[in-house]
Amino acid sequence: MATASTSLPSAGPASDSRALLSRLRDGDEIARLITFIFAATVVLISILLVLELWHDSALPRHKFGFAFFRTTTWNPIEGEFGALPFIYGTVVTAAVALLIAIPLGIGAAIFLAELAPTRISDTLEFFIDLLAAMPSVIYGVLGVFIVVPLMRQFIAPWLKRILGFLPLFQGPAYGVGFLTAGIVLAIMVIPYIISVSREVLLSVPSDQREAALAVGSTRWESTWKVVVPFARSGILGSIFLALARSLGETMAVAMVIGNDPKISASLFAPGYSIAAVIANELAEATSELHTQSLIALGLVLFLLTFILNGLARILIVVTSQRGAGTARA
Amino acid sequence: MKRIAVIALLGLGIAGILWADALSINGAGATFPNPIYSKWFDEYHKKNPNLQINYQPIGSGGGIKQVTEGTVDFGATDGPMNDEQLKAYQEKHGSAILHFPTVLGAVVPTYNLPGVSTSLNFTGEALAGIYLGKVTKWNDPLIADINKGVKLPAEDIVVVHRADGSGTSYCFTDYLSKVSEEWKTKVGKGTSPNWPVGLGGKGNEGVTGTVKNTPNSIGYVELIYAEANKIPYGSVKNADGVFMKASLASVTAAAAAAAKEMPDDFRVSITNAKGKDAYPISTFTWLLIPAKFSDNAKRDALRGFVTWMLADGQNYAEALSYAKLPKEVVAKEKKALANIQ
Repeated sequence: MATASTSLPSAGPASDSRALLSRLRDGDEIARLITFIFAATVVLISILLVLELWHDSALPRHKFGFAFFRTTTWNPIEGEFGALPFIYGTVVTAAVALLIAIPLGIGAAIFLAELAPTRISDTLEFFIDLLAAMPSVIYGVLGVFIVVPLMRQFIAPWLKRILGFLPLFQGPAYGVGFLTAGIVLAIMVIPYIISVSREVLLSVPSDQREAALAVGSTRWESTWKVVVPFARSGILGSIFLALARSLGETMAVAMVIGNDPKISASLFAPGYSIAAVIANELAEATSELHTQSLIALGLVLFLLTFILNGLARILIVVTSQRGAGTARA
Repeated sequence: MKRIAVIALLGLGIAGILWADALSINGAGATFPNPIYSKWFDEYHKKNPNLQINYQPIGSGGGIKQVTEGTVDFGATDGPMNDEQLKAYQEKHGSAILHFPTVLGAVVPTYNLPGVSTSLNFTGEALAGIYLGKVTKWNDPLIADINKGVKLPAEDIVVVHRADGSGTSYCFTDYLSKVSEEWKTKVGKGTSPNWPVGLGGKGNEGVTGTVKNTPNSIGYVELIYAEANKIPYGSVKNADGVFMKASLASVTAAAAAAAKEMPDDFRVSITNAKGKDAYPISTFTWLLIPAKFSDNAKRDALRGFVTWMLADGQNYAEALSYAKLPKEVVAKEKKALANIQ
């Protein structure tokens, strides 16, 4: 590639400098260099971040090794640290959030892009963007004062009555817990899904719709069978954005998850997430091992995000290939 | 033109001299005493315009870390440094770090029991049982027997504790460790203990919010937070068997009782203190000042500040709901000032 595009070493020195000079004068080379530096900083920051997390978590890595991932005790006084309850809490709350947010978010996006009059769609989009830009602590306050009491008084008793035979919906409900955190996260990420999915749906060429209508589809058939599959990878992109946000959300989760490092089958039980425990304990961590174990948790969160993102990308590739196949057939 | 230039230069020169004279000292640490420290540093700055003391309330753990790293001139903490931390400081700096008590605080049990409006009594045994998860109902004999005449519901107790590492948790668990052998062996004392049961709230406001929102719950908060927000709280039985409600007087009484056995380095816990007027879940909060300063100006300035804090400074405490230091402790600290070199 390098020889094909610029081929600096092979050409003579004189012609080289002249070519370089003219390219510099045109600004192409400068622009290329500057934008390359900007792009490289992204990679550099990621590498620095991992190096820093790796370097500053040496104590727990040596002391606990891989046991760190599967032990469940978190006891700063005795110096015992295990990450499993936090990994569990992070994954469960993100899963609950996506289960709620995906149907609601995509449904709303379809309505706004395909069915609603433009004026309504644009007005609502303004509010959705506003919601997406809201600081997370405000969602936390909303959670504490609205979702938590609702959960304790109405949602939990109702779920127990209907789905109480499942272990997921048993046990005492305090109001805070996995389910509440998941609901608050869902409220936070729905605007992302709606906003991105709506843009993608709107950018589907209108001849696709017209073709579907021309062969006798109803409005809904053209939307559901043609437009949505066409926009599939963009919609999946919005879901991954929502997933990343759910995994890393700190403040709102810390306020409603109950902050108890335990693994429970019940969604009503209090739990803990990685981001929340780092935020809660880092400032007052008194021993070096405690501090470094929290940093190790940061590394775990990084890995978790990395793995889930990778899986998500594989999913995109697989499904978009299949989608393209069915579209052709 | 020339004259203007001369005046401007002169002005710059004077400003430069003034600038050079202004001394700035940086500290960091506990959040609990931040309101009074801000007040003190502000008042002291008014008296000594050339001295500016900056304080960042980043938490006791952070204060200990930063003063050990040497990134601040002094630290502050709600729980005394342990021997390991003192050793780490000694090894890094080749000299010691000194503790100076400044004011006192207390931790109070707060609860939300629908239908109960009277102030409840607690014993250390009951509190330890509740926080161990062994006392699970409000009408448990351990609670009912000390609250005769109160109709306690047969409901489950919802336990609430601090989720963030905090000096408040340290003081509370230090007390529980003294009154319950089981607590001491199973949990112990610390800023973020491994709580056997309960929900975690972030900060005093998080605990208060959860308690307010959850019927039949119990939590613990700092006395000044409870006072400032008019949160009702219960009494706790002290070492002499008297049920005491936390107040500025009962907290100072706990310190006075402990003052007689005050060690020379001031690292003392005053939870479960003797004396019939003492409130049992009380604590000092400390300034951490290096014993050796390379900068004499800073040394003299900090000495001056502590001297003022022990005398006039104490008068600002009660207006902000902090308990004053007892006379005995003030006298002992004045002597200890000579150790700052």
